[in-house]
Amino acid sequence: MSITSYNGSALIAMVGKNCFAIASDRRLGVNFQTIACDFQRIFKIHDKLYIGLSGLATDVQTMHQRLQFRHKLYQLREERNMRPETFASLVSAILYEKRFGPYFCEPIIAGLNDDGTPFICTTDLIGAKQLAKDFVVSGTASESLYGACESMYKPDLGPDELFEVISQALLASVDRDCISGWGGIVHVVTPDQVITKTLKGRMD
Amino acid sequence: MTKSSVIQVPPKGGFSFDLSRRNAMLQQQGAKLPKYRKTGTTIVGLVYKDGVILGADTRATEGEIVCDKNCEKIHYLAPNIYCCGAGTAADTENVTDMVSSQLALHRYATGRDSRVVTALTMIKTHLFRYQGHVSAALVLGGVDVTGPHLHAIYPHGSTDTLPFATMGSGSLAAMSVFESRYKENLTREEGMEIVSAAICAGIFNDLGSGSNVDLCIITKEGKEYLRNYQQPNPRSYTRSKGYDFMNGYTAVLSTQIRQLRQHVQVLEGDRMDEE
Repeated sequence: MSITSYNGSALIAMVGKNCFAIASDRRLGVNFQTIACDFQRIFKIHDKLYIGLSGLATDVQTMHQRLQFRHKLYQLREERNMRPETFASLVSAILYEKRFGPYFCEPIIAGLNDDGTPFICTTDLIGAKQLAKDFVVSGTASESLYGACESMYKPDLGPDELFEVISQALLASVDRDCISGWGGIVHVVTPDQVITKTLKGRMD
Repeated sequence: MTKSSVIQVPPKGGFSFDLSRRNAMLQQQGAKLPKYRKTGTTIVGLVYKDGVILGADTRATEGEIVCDKNCEKIHYLAPNIYCCGAGTAADTENVTDMVSSQLALHRYATGRDSRVVTALTMIKTHLFRYQGHVSAALVLGGVDVTGPHLHAIYPHGSTDTLPFATMGSGSLAAMSVFESRYKENLTREEGMEIVSAAICAGIFNDLGSGSNVDLCIITKEGKEYLRNYQQPNPRSYTRSKGYDFMNGYTAVLSTQIRQLRQHVQVLEGDRMDEE
């Protein structure tokens, strides 16, 4: 048993035309027993910045609390929201601090810059940042997710088409992974609005 | 008598070992540690007539899966010093970022351009302190007032000063090219050709290296960073039509739309009476 496959997770973020989408599955399990079908893995940092965390559920929640704390402190001091690149560097630094005793979570950061261009990035569990221009994936289903995204992704999609592509990629991939799935949730963020949809998926 | 309590001090930087005990307990219970992102890699450096040429491939792996097909392995240390990194990606990035900041402060304190041996000593003392656990193998190259320099740095902190160096899983493939073709006082074009050939040898023969060739040429006039200088592996399997999903194709249970911008509505109305 691997530590990151104790709870199971699947996460994708994709870039569209002046928008981004971030999606995750909803299962929380303990090895092969499912405990919950509404577990939150994607957290809002501010209106235009979301972070998805895969891996051990306890570290997912701890990382979210620490990052929310740091961002709130930043907001109080700087009187503005953090830019996505800055936040990605913050996540990377917090994870690397624990280089020899890491948090078992692999974050995906997705945000919109002030000029509306989308930004996505992922890091491994010790903070090695990986920027991407198209999509990033994380979780126990990551190998299937890579394959599904490589074939389904197209650049410059609008919010509606991006939603369809990311949902189909997520659902196709979690169907090939026993320990993730049980529904899905997708947030599509444009400069004007955030559309959140829960997906109907296989509950097995 | 008050019970003494542990005062939480904010961390002053450096590594924190808070979770080590918990992680060791998990491993004892049989859980396997997840894989760190490594840079597999072929990285090379070569000294030519006017300076130094550094080269690297662009594949990053997580176990056996390629997680990044076009990552940057040539890191900035100073305007005249660059460093290629192999090994655990987080370690190479953080070591080079940290030394780059220290070099900048050193430049402000001394008022001089950085020297390659300064960067070398900073890196090797850091790596030796952590006894090889910070797994970064680097090829450091630059041109300073004393001339062009090239060094290879190993994860435990030992260094080699060489006219040509290769590191990473593809180092043997690259070294074979260097050993057969290197000579003193190469011209710029010859140097670039040999470095790209060495990286390509790594890309095609080593499974841990792949994708494109990045080059960085440093002379006393300045540097030239050629990102994706060669792309010998174009993608060949794109489906011409792609997938087209109709809107509304995916089954949705619930939808929530939150407006981010406030929409101001102007209503026509009577003027207010002013008294």
